[in-house]
Amino acid sequence: MATAEVASHEGHHHPTGIMRWLTTTNHKDIGTLYLCFSLTMFLIGGFMALVVRAELFQPGLQIVDPHFFNQMTTMHALIMVFGAIMPGFVGFANWMIPMMVGAPDMALPRLNNWSFWILPFAFTMLLSSLFVPGGGPAAGWTLYAPLTIQGGMSVDMTIFAIHMMGISSILGAINIIVTIFNMRAPGMSLMKMPLFVWTWLITAFLLIAVMPVLAGAVTMLLTDRHFGTAFFDPAGGGDPVMFQHIFWFFGHPEVYIMILPAFGIISEIIPTFSRKPLFGYTTMVLATACIAFLSFVVWAHHMFTVGMPLAGELFFMYSTMLIAVPTGVKVFNWVSTMWRGALTFETPMLFAVAVVFLFTIGGFSGLMLAITPADFQYHDTYFVVAHFHYVLFSGAAMAMMGGAYYWLPKWTGHMYDEKLGKIHFWLTTIFFNVTFFPQHFLGLAGMPRRIPDYALQFTEFNVISSLGAFGLGLSQLLFVYIIVKCVRSGVRATDEVWERPRGLEWTVPSPAPYHTFETPPKVI
Amino acid sequence: MLTHLRKVVLLGGATLFAMTGRAGAAWDLNLPPPVSPIGQEILELHNLILLICLIIFFVVFGFMFYSIWAHRKSRGSTAAQFSHSNSLELVWTIIPFFILIGMAIPSTATLINMEDTSKADLTVKVTGYQWKWHYEYQKHGVGFYSTLSTPRAQIEGKAPKGEHYLLEVDNPLVLPTDRKVRFLFTANDVIHSWWVPKFGTKKDAIPGYINESWTLIEKPGTYRGQCTELCGKDHGFMPVVVEAKTPEEFDAWLTGQKSAAAKPDTAAAEWTNDRLMAEGGQVYSKCAGCHGVDGGGTPGGFPAIAGSSIVTGPVDRHIDVVMNGRSGTSMQAFKDQLTDVEVASVITYQRNAFGNDIGDAVLPSQISALR
Repeated sequence: MATAEVASHEGHHHPTGIMRWLTTTNHKDIGTLYLCFSLTMFLIGGFMALVVRAELFQPGLQIVDPHFFNQMTTMHALIMVFGAIMPGFVGFANWMIPMMVGAPDMALPRLNNWSFWILPFAFTMLLSSLFVPGGGPAAGWTLYAPLTIQGGMSVDMTIFAIHMMGISSILGAINIIVTIFNMRAPGMSLMKMPLFVWTWLITAFLLIAVMPVLAGAVTMLLTDRHFGTAFFDPAGGGDPVMFQHIFWFFGHPEVYIMILPAFGIISEIIPTFSRKPLFGYTTMVLATACIAFLSFVVWAHHMFTVGMPLAGELFFMYSTMLIAVPTGVKVFNWVSTMWRGALTFETPMLFAVAVVFLFTIGGFSGLMLAITPADFQYHDTYFVVAHFHYVLFSGAAMAMMGGAYYWLPKWTGHMYDEKLGKIHFWLTTIFFNVTFFPQHFLGLAGMPRRIPDYALQFTEFNVISSLGAFGLGLSQLLFVYIIVKCVRSGVRATDEVWERPRGLEWTVPSPAPYHTFETPPKVI
Repeated sequence: MLTHLRKVVLLGGATLFAMTGRAGAAWDLNLPPPVSPIGQEILELHNLILLICLIIFFVVFGFMFYSIWAHRKSRGSTAAQFSHSNSLELVWTIIPFFILIGMAIPSTATLINMEDTSKADLTVKVTGYQWKWHYEYQKHGVGFYSTLSTPRAQIEGKAPKGEHYLLEVDNPLVLPTDRKVRFLFTANDVIHSWWVPKFGTKKDAIPGYINESWTLIEKPGTYRGQCTELCGKDHGFMPVVVEAKTPEEFDAWLTGQKSAAAKPDTAAAEWTNDRLMAEGGQVYSKCAGCHGVDGGGTPGGFPAIAGSSIVTGPVDRHIDVVMNGRSGTSMQAFKDQLTDVEVASVITYQRNAFGNDIGDAVLPSQISALR
C-alpha cells in the first residue's frame, strides 16, 4: 500500500526531467543535487591543484606565470572550501537528517530548493572571474587586504559570489536547525539523536554565527575598493590587521564547520562495523559543543606573526591548546568503540579508520602550530599546507567518501562494487600521504607556501609531492566511476544494508522511497 | 603499499638527479640548525612537543591497531556491548590537560624571551616593497634596497640554475655577530613577512604598522630566507639574505657605507641621449619583472610599456606615474627607490625603446627640480 501511495504522489505532483530538479522541494532530490554539485566542484578544484603541483614539479617557471599560479591557489581553496566540502556536508544533511530523526522532509522545503539553486550561480560567477581582464582573484582565499585592494574586477565578482554562498549556507543552516528542533519523531529526544544529527545541529549554529561576519568583512573590502572608505587602508586611518581579525573570527569556526559533520559521519560508521554502540555518546556530544564554543576564542592563532601584544599571544596559545582536550576525547572514544568489537573492514570502515588515524596527524601538527614560539617558524610555510590538508582532505573529504560508500546502498538500492571501493580507498590513502607527508619536511626546511618557484634544496620533496598529487587526482576518477556504476546497477541492497546497523534510516526500504516517514515512527 | 611508495620515491629521485645534476640531495627532515639563542630555544621546544605528540600517537594508535588485529570478526571476535565508562572518560579528559600545561610552561618562557626587544645594540628598519626589501641602519644614515639577483634566464630555464637559485640578492643585509640586533618591520604597499629560518625570526611587515623583533647571531656566515606572506605576483621572488660579520668587520663595513653615502651624486655630468638610453636600459631591468623584458606587459594587470598612452603621452604624466606610483595597483612610487639619474634615464629609455620612438629625453636635473 505504501508503494502505491508513493507512485501516485510522483505521478501527480512531480514534473520530470530537468524541471524535476529545478523545482524539487524533496529533501532527497536536493540532497542528491548538493552531492553532485560538491563532487563536480571537487573535481574542478582538484584540477586546479594539479596545475599548482605541475608547476611545482621542478624548480623554475615552466607551465604558468606567477600571476596565474596565484589565481590557481586562490581558486583551488575557494572552490574546495565553499564548493566541495561545505555543500557536500549539506548534501549529507539533506539526505540523512530527516531520515535519521524520523521526519518526512526538511521543515522548510521551498527554502531548501532556493539554498541549493543559489550555489550554481555563485560558482558560475566565481569561475567566470578567471576570464575577465586581469584574471581571477589572486590574493589567496583569505583575501587579505591590502593585496585584495590591488586586484581587478575578479575580486568584486568573488565578493558577490561569497555573499551568495553565505546566503545559501545560512538558509541551509536555518532549515537544519528548524528541522531538528521541530520535526523529530515522537520519543526522539535530543540525547537520542544520532551523532551525525548532533554534529550538524552544532555546525548549523556555527554557520549562522560566522557567515555574516565573513559577509561583513568582504563588504568592507568592496567599499574600500570602490566607495572611498578606508577600513583597511592605513593611509586613510584604516587597519590592515583588522581584516585578518574579522576574517579569522569567521575562519576558525569555519574550520570546525568543515570538520564537525565529518566527525558525525565517522561516529555513524565505526559503531556499525564494530557491531557495538558508540562509546561515550554523551561525552561525544559535549566534546562537540565544547569544540564549537572554543572555536570562537582561538582565531588569532592564524596570525601570530602580525605583531600582537604578548598577553594576546599567550591567550590565543592557551585557548588553542585547550582544543586538544575535547578533540582527544573524540579520538579516544572512537578507538574505544572499536575496542573488543567484532570488526569488519568494508570500504566505509576503511575510510573511517583512515580518517581517525590521518586526522589525528593533522590534529597533532595543529597542536604544534598552537605553540606560539614554534609557530613563528611554521607560519605560512608548507608545514601549514601539510597540516590543513591532513585535516581537510583526510579529515573532511575522506569522511565524505566513507559516508558516500556507507549510505550509497540506501540512496540507490544497489551495493557499490566492494572491490573497486577498496582499491579506491587504498589509492586515495597512499597517494594522499605521498602528496602531503613530504610537505611537512618542506615547511620545516624553510619553503614558504604560495610560491610558484623554489630554491633547489626543496626540489626532492616537491617532486614526490607532485607525483603523489597526480596519483591522488586520477584515483578520484575511479570514485566517480564507482558511484555511476552503483547508481545504474549492482546487487540489490537489503533494507538494513549492513549487519544490524543502528538508526531509523535502516528501517526504510532500499532505495529509500521518495517520501519516508509520512507517519512518524515511534522511537522507544 | 611499501613497494609502491618506494617506486615513487625512486622515480622522483631519478628525475631529480637528471634534472639538477647535483651530486647530493637535500633530505632535511627538521628545522635547520639555528645560529641564534631564540632559534635554538625554538628548535628544542619543537623537538620536545614533537616527541610528546609522537609518544601519545603511538600509544593511542597502538591500541587501535591492536584492536584492528585482535578484534576482527574474521578472527571470531564477538562484540562486547559496553557503551561508556565515566571514570575512564574522566581520566582521559584530565591527563591531556596536564600534558598541555607541561607544554605551555616552556612555550611561555620562550615567547616572553622572543618578545623582549629591549637593550639592543643596533636597530635595523626593514621595509617590504613589492617585491624587494629596504634596510635602514637607524642613526647611521645608511640604507639600501635588496633585490633578487638570480637572472631571469635561470628562472625561465634558459640557463643552468646556480647554487643559491632564488635565495640571492644584490645587496644583502649586513649584521654583526654577538650583538643584539633589533628589527623594526613595516611595509610600503601590501603585507610582507620577513623570515630567516636559522634565526627563528619571522615577523609580518605591515603598512601603517611598526613591528618589532630581535636576534643575536652567534656565527659569521650567510643566512638565507624568504618573504612568507603572499604579496602579489613576485611573492616567490623576494628573498632575504643576511651576511653576518664579526663586530670589527661589521663596524668597518658600516663606516665604509657611510662615506660612500656622503659622496656627491654624479648627476651634474653631461647627459647625452645615448648615455641616458644606455643607463635607462640597465635601470629598466627593475621594471621588466612586471612590464616585460620586451615592454609587452604581463597578463593580469601589468600593462605594456610599448604603445602605452602614458609613455607616449605628455612627459609630465609619465614622470608622475614613475615617481609617485598609482594607488590601488602594484605600481609603486619609485621616487625614493631610484636616483634622479635613474628616474630620468629609465623614462627616456621607455619613451624611446620598444618602438615608442617619441624622441624626447628627460634630464636628471628635471627630476631633482621636482623633488
